[in-house]
Amino acid sequence: MHEFLDYIQSYLRNDVTVSPGAAPNGGNIFWALVYILLVFAGVSLGVICMNWLERKILAHMQVRLGPMRVGPHGLLQPIADAVKLLIKEDIMPAEADAVVFWVAPFIVTLAAFTVFVVVPFGPAHAITDMNIGILFMLGVSSLSVLGIVTAGWASNSHYPLIGALRSSAQMVSYEVAMGLAVVSAILMTSLHGVGLYGVGGPGTSGIGTLSMIDIVKMQEEQHVWFIFKFFPLGLIAFAIFAIAMIAETNRAPFDLPEAESELTAGFHTEYSGFRWSLFFLAEYSAMIAVSSIAVTLWLGGWLRPFPNMLGGHAWDLVFSFFPGLAFLFLAGMTFYNVRRMPQHPFFKIQTMGLAAFGATLGLIGLILFIPPVRDRVGDIFWFVAKVAAFMYLYIWYRGTFPRYRFDQLMKVGWKVLLPLGLGVLILTAGAGIVGLEMAQRVTH
Amino acid sequence: MTDPKTLSPPSLETHVAAHDDTFLDTNELVINMGPQHPATHGVLRVILRLDGEKVLGLECVIGYLHRGVEKIAENRTYTMFNPYVDRMDYVAAVSNGLGYCEAVEKLLSVEAPPRAQYIRVILTELNRVASHQLWLGTHALDIGAITPLFYTFRDREEILKIFEKYCGARLTTHAFRIGGLQYEAYDGFEKDVKNFLKFFAPKIDEYEELLTTNRIWLERTKGVGVISGKDCIALGVTGPVLRASGVQWDIRKAQPYANYKNFDFKIPTGEHGDTYDRYLVRMVEMRQSCRIIEQAVNAIPEGPIMAKVPKVMKPPVGEIYHSIEAPKGELGYFIVSDGSTQPYRVRVRPPSFVNLQALDLMCRGQLVADVIAVIGTLDIVLGEVDR
Repeated sequence: MHEFLDYIQSYLRNDVTVSPGAAPNGGNIFWALVYILLVFAGVSLGVICMNWLERKILAHMQVRLGPMRVGPHGLLQPIADAVKLLIKEDIMPAEADAVVFWVAPFIVTLAAFTVFVVVPFGPAHAITDMNIGILFMLGVSSLSVLGIVTAGWASNSHYPLIGALRSSAQMVSYEVAMGLAVVSAILMTSLHGVGLYGVGGPGTSGIGTLSMIDIVKMQEEQHVWFIFKFFPLGLIAFAIFAIAMIAETNRAPFDLPEAESELTAGFHTEYSGFRWSLFFLAEYSAMIAVSSIAVTLWLGGWLRPFPNMLGGHAWDLVFSFFPGLAFLFLAGMTFYNVRRMPQHPFFKIQTMGLAAFGATLGLIGLILFIPPVRDRVGDIFWFVAKVAAFMYLYIWYRGTFPRYRFDQLMKVGWKVLLPLGLGVLILTAGAGIVGLEMAQRVTH
Repeated sequence: MTDPKTLSPPSLETHVAAHDDTFLDTNELVINMGPQHPATHGVLRVILRLDGEKVLGLECVIGYLHRGVEKIAENRTYTMFNPYVDRMDYVAAVSNGLGYCEAVEKLLSVEAPPRAQYIRVILTELNRVASHQLWLGTHALDIGAITPLFYTFRDREEILKIFEKYCGARLTTHAFRIGGLQYEAYDGFEKDVKNFLKFFAPKIDEYEELLTTNRIWLERTKGVGVISGKDCIALGVTGPVLRASGVQWDIRKAQPYANYKNFDFKIPTGEHGDTYDRYLVRMVEMRQSCRIIEQAVNAIPEGPIMAKVPKVMKPPVGEIYHSIEAPKGELGYFIVSDGSTQPYRVRVRPPSFVNLQALDLMCRGQLVADVIAVIGTLDIVLGEVDR
């Protein structure tokens, strides 16, 4: 009994530095399960938040208000939508291939959620630490195209078929460029040099890593995010990935598979109700997943800004207040809007609801100031903040850009991104070799 | 991609497409786009014949919004028919009314007094701007840019407010009467119009900022839906589509009606006849319309707003064809009078209907996404196509 409790408690200690799935002697199944549930809940919550945020942000970009009716400022709109989707009639076209039609949304959703197994929210906050983490992520996330193609095919209808074909062509052409960009980032993990152009050092192994956690640790060790490493090279690789990941997740301006004005709804035209909502869930969690790849590879994952330049305990303390302050800021904004609510009695419940929401946010903010909590959530906060920046970019793109045409999309993928990715890869490798050679000369 | 210019104008055998069976045994895919489709601007039905994503040919099926407007005219007096024309091109109802009123005035040999003429021009040009705004918003939406739609609708609202203040209606205005105006301009009409001009000038720049130099917009519109000036004339295509193909033909200049000869404005023309040129031409037209409005609003004379028109209109036996430059092209009315109070026949030449003919020629050899862009760039209103 004592051993069992110990087993359960083993991850509450301060000195735990590994994720539950990757611990020595087989890992800790209990905590891995807890983490899986937490991550699943967190991602679902993230999707719900994105649903509301996308509507609101897009609306404000387009001189309108967005949802305002369901709950104060439409805060309950995602829940209302979810309920609506769940109680809608489930329609399966008579001509559809029933089994495949049934399976397709699950493939997409599974692929989108499985990716999070290796996402490192902190040095010890990952479900597991695979030594091939990044390969696993790329492999699993590209499985979702299978679900899209089967969805389009099984619907047995013209628009979904075209959508599915577009989707497969698009994924194939962007996966390559994406892979090249990722490889050049992985190359950087093998350099072991400190600073922007630093390569090698006394006693470097010259060995890189594919593990998501170690990739971030390498950035910590090299004192630089890989986006800035070898200055233009890392940035270009990042830009290639940032473009390819939008195509990979079928978002504007690369949302051809579901181009509304052309193909009504693309591959999920025939889907409705809960099945459709699975596609929706998968799309948004895939967006979060690829953004977390980008954050891990180039933006220093869970590392806080300037860990070296503004190092030391004092700065650590200052930065550890950020999560609490962020929530307090949100609470403050909410209370500002509580004051701006119409004073009419009709809005009384809404105002109270908004105030309660603000109070919850404030409470969370205050909890985040408690020292043991503060120490544990710092990593997660910075990771989520960086991913959130990408989410905002996704919305911004959607509000700004027209849609690419099919052939132009392929052109950009094969004729621009692919050569660029190859070039960056070769240059990074060359810079690495030259740098290592020079570093060895210096030490001998 | 086949250059659509090398293809002959549409013939009856259009859809017997070249079938390339040298490599793989492929089938043509026939897609029925519409009448319920987000991008067919109402109830247009297009039957697409595709090779993969390439369009081999298409056929338009129209009539889903047919209300028999022309037949209705035969059972109504001249005055009673006037509101019906607003329902054809409901986006540019004022232009429709202007064309009809002028046609009947010609038949009656009366002329609207100068004050009425000026106010007519102001309202018609405001309506042209509103129509182009709606076109821009929906066209950009079809190409995937969702934001311009909201910008244009925000600004179109200001025009509709002026209409509402003038005649109480926002869309189907019924603003003119045969022989002049329905209503005298309300107090502060000039001020409202001037305020709108001041408000609107920077807004066009805002639209252009979003689209004109946008890389994706350029790629999506340049070289898409090309039609030559010769083909335009052969098919009877008019309006901005014709002008974007390099033909300088605008009825406001070529056969001045109302009092357009009093105003100084330019007729923009394009060079390549592609979707981008049509976009630019319409953008310039909006600016030019603003110029006309500015000149007109500063020169509105005092005087009556109605000419002497008999209460019971009995035009002499005869026929008349009168056409005006509607926002979408040449809008013509052919009216046959048998001397009674009701027209014997009213035939409308709607620009949208004639322009729609060019769709097949413009789309052949292009991709599905381009069909959407071309439908948008033709700026059709199905209420006018079907009547």
